[in-house]
Amino acid sequence: MSPAEARTGMSDAALVSAIRAGNEAAMAELYDRYSAVVYSVSLRVLGDTGAAEDVLQEVFLQLWRNPDLFDSSRGNLAPWLAVIARNRAIDGLRKRRPESDVEDVLLSVEPDMAGEADRAIAMTKVRTLLGGMPSAQRSALEMAYFEGLSHSEISAKTGEPLGTVKTRIRAGLLTLRKAFQA
Amino acid sequence: MSAHEQFAENLALLAMGSLEGKERQELETHLRECAACKRELESLRGDMALLSLSTTGPKPPGRSRERLMAAVSREPRRAVAPKRSRSWWMLTPSLVAAGLVLVAMFLGRQNSALREQIAGMQSEAARDQVELRRAHEIVSTLTASDAMRVTLVAAKTPPQPQGRAIYVRDRSDLIFIASNMPAAPAKKAYELWLIPTSGAPIPAGVFKPDAHGSATVVNPPLPAGVEAKAFAITIEPEAGSTTPTMPIVMLGAGE
Repeated sequence: MSPAEARTGMSDAALVSAIRAGNEAAMAELYDRYSAVVYSVSLRVLGDTGAAEDVLQEVFLQLWRNPDLFDSSRGNLAPWLAVIARNRAIDGLRKRRPESDVEDVLLSVEPDMAGEADRAIAMTKVRTLLGGMPSAQRSALEMAYFEGLSHSEISAKTGEPLGTVKTRIRAGLLTLRKAFQA
Repeated sequence: MSAHEQFAENLALLAMGSLEGKERQELETHLRECAACKRELESLRGDMALLSLSTTGPKPPGRSRERLMAAVSREPRRAVAPKRSRSWWMLTPSLVAAGLVLVAMFLGRQNSALREQIAGMQSEAARDQVELRRAHEIVSTLTASDAMRVTLVAAKTPPQPQGRAIYVRDRSDLIFIASNMPAAPAKKAYELWLIPTSGAPIPAGVFKPDAHGSATVVNPPLPAGVEAKAFAITIEPEAGSTTPTMPIVMLGAGE
């Protein structure tokens, strides 16, 4: 049981069910658990607190409107919200209509990140891994993920061949996965 | 990795949302049929989640929470789960369950009420026991044959026959204690009489003093609630009489 669950005695799945039934307190509880996750990544992408707050609002409101978007059988909400928030923030950054429907976003992640402590450990590990990556790989990954640049845009920016950029992006992601699988 | 190698790099780009055009269409078509690539896409999103989480630190301002909760309250709650029409018989189990809950609550209350009642009765019984023991002690002291009975009188006064009646009208309880009584004549006994405020004297017990001249009468059968004016003693046949035989040997009026 994660510390958050220990506090309220409710899993994410139970809270999502409560939201389905229109329970506002459950919504508040989920917000308290994960607002920092959503807000942090939005702020990193957008670099603007007001815009990050808008994404925060939008992501949680979307969960309230349609809790079934989240597949409770796939673990806790943190990784899902973290990806949804990043995608929304990128959409905002690139001034484009929400490209991917959140309904499409199914994900699977190795580490259990239900508790704040688990997430803090994962966070430190990822930061260390990023710090240890060759700088060209790291910047390709960060440009793609946090700036939402396409591989051709990155290629144009860095002068590196398209294929190399593609490889770097994927290799960067796999580096993270392997570190958690080990 | 079981995903198709030729799509591996594009899968990462698709996960990031930066795959465009023909390449994207091609991959999406493939994904509809390839479970392995689908799984790989989900894993890549998991990797992205790790990247997102690496940014965790800043907390949103308090107003964001208020803003969200205000918006949530305003949102009309849309029924998300598909609504099925429910017949009354589908409700029956819930009704039965609700009924059982009520019955359980009722029984629970009854139970605790009974417990309280029993507890009350127990403490009452305990009190009664104490009183009874005390009363028993008093009576047994008063009536004990081996008790030393001393009547104190003014100095230089020869001991006089004495009787003391303690009467509680409402309970029809009577305790009579006598001392210094001369022995009753042969085949005779003393009889105690309750003299009511109106009506004939009522027999209140027959007694014979012991060798020391002491005697007690405890709770003789008496009619209920008779107001007593006085108590008297006469000498009667051993079996007792229904009306006093004169003379009255001892007499005492209530204080």
